[in-house]
Amino acid sequence: MGQDGGVSRAEVCVAACADTWRGAGEVLASPIGALPMLGARLARLTVEPDLLLTDGEAMLLAAEDGVVEGWLPYGKVLDLLAGGRRRVMMGASQLDRHGNQNIARIGPATRPTAQLIGFRGAPGNTVNHTTNYWVPRHSRRVFVERVDAVSGVGHDRAAAAGPSALRFHDVRVVVTNLAVLDFAGPGGSMRLRSVHPGVTREEVLAHTGFPLAIDEVTSTRLPTDDELTLIRSVIDPRGLRDREVPA
Amino acid sequence: MRDKVMSADEVVASLRDGMTVGIGGWGSRRKPMALVRAILRSSVTDLTVVSYGGPDVGLLCAAGRVRRAVFGFVSLDSIPLDPHFRAARQRGAVEATEYDEGMLLAGLRAAAARLPFLPTRAGLGSDVLRLNPALRTVASPYADGEELVAMPAIELDVALVHLNRADRHGNAQYLGPDPYLDDVLCAAARRSYVSCERIVPTDELLRGGPPQSLLVSRMHVAGVVEAPRGAHFTSCVPDYGRDEPFQRRYAASGADPVAWQAFLDEFLAGDERSYLAAVDAFHGAAA
Repeated sequence: MGQDGGVSRAEVCVAACADTWRGAGEVLASPIGALPMLGARLARLTVEPDLLLTDGEAMLLAAEDGVVEGWLPYGKVLDLLAGGRRRVMMGASQLDRHGNQNIARIGPATRPTAQLIGFRGAPGNTVNHTTNYWVPRHSRRVFVERVDAVSGVGHDRAAAAGPSALRFHDVRVVVTNLAVLDFAGPGGSMRLRSVHPGVTREEVLAHTGFPLAIDEVTSTRLPTDDELTLIRSVIDPRGLRDREVPA
Repeated sequence: MRDKVMSADEVVASLRDGMTVGIGGWGSRRKPMALVRAILRSSVTDLTVVSYGGPDVGLLCAAGRVRRAVFGFVSLDSIPLDPHFRAARQRGAVEATEYDEGMLLAGLRAAAARLPFLPTRAGLGSDVLRLNPALRTVASPYADGEELVAMPAIELDVALVHLNRADRHGNAQYLGPDPYLDDVLCAAARRSYVSCERIVPTDELLRGGPPQSLLVSRMHVAGVVEAPRGAHFTSCVPDYGRDEPFQRRYAASGADPVAWQAFLDEFLAGDERSYLAAVDAFHGAAA
């Protein structure tokens, strides 16, 4: 599956990430990590031209050529997200079947076996605006029965916390190196929506630490020719995508 | 107007064991590292450190000065996790009060406004509430039916921040793209100390940047320290970027006590001048 001939797995993932920005409109796109960033840029060059993107720091960049159109330092992002004009794609060290996400730590709070980055903005993101996740290595280590700390709020926890937690809660899609999943299963549980070309549903189930809801499982769409050209020659000519998702 | 110029060691001499210290910057960006290094030279310990954390938290934890870290994250940015902070947490050596980044900001704003709390949606449904059993929610008194997190004020005994320029009276200026939350931190603290790359006459401040770059007012500042490269090895744009090779060396020393002792001996056994000389020597070997 070379760059010149067939479509690589990483390219399928970039397009799947791009699809998570569909319908976002004129809001700040906050992709955390390489593939989400490529996906957001692809979405802006195709179906969502009004998305806003930063340089990863304080500047809003109007286009791929780096023209600055605005200023958004971290403090302003923290204010902005409460207003909801934002959509984020975060990573996850753990995710459970209801979309509870952990990036804080593995093990007990008093003495973690692995201290991770902390809660970051995950609690605020998940109760304020649409949140999606990207998992570069779909495994039972990530997809667990119970997360060790709930940093991103899942559907069950939002419902239990009451109307103020639910009001803007919208945890929607998980894209992995194997599949696209959503929360259209019973009771807002995780459902297998599509498997990437070359991946079987059994493979996805074997790498998921809980039963997935399954109805119609489709094949994740291939990038269009236009998208492939954009990915390969405009947004990722150096092939960052292949480092995160090997062929 | 008062002349507030003092040394980093004088700032630290005003600290007491057990204080709650807010540290400015963000991750591995514009951290008051010269002031942190001065803490390492002192005997001050048992600190509660409030920070959008980076190597400031890592260094203080590795040196055993932190009882409790209050944070939304601790990251070295180009290296996602600080190994010193991780090691201290995994030893059970440092207690943690873990917040969402926005909750932390709400808590600092509440303290700055002398309010007991500020309502926020962030935290609802997450384990932040479960981990901090003292946290309460507050019901809206209006007809909306909302019940939100009542984020308590985070009152700081002291705030430590590093900016690009300041005058002798404590008016301080950032010249990079992001103020971070340094102004809020200073307003939330009983006393704030600003270190800066260069102390300039007041009338020179506006030659360096626009009025809105004057982030911190002298009314919030108790002392000013001139500390060139005082944010090293974090970034202090536009004066300098992050020292990535040095940060990698710092991170690598988190792997085991022997490597950490070697790092201490090489860089932190003396004063700030010898630290900077050792950093130059570290790069000289490569240059």
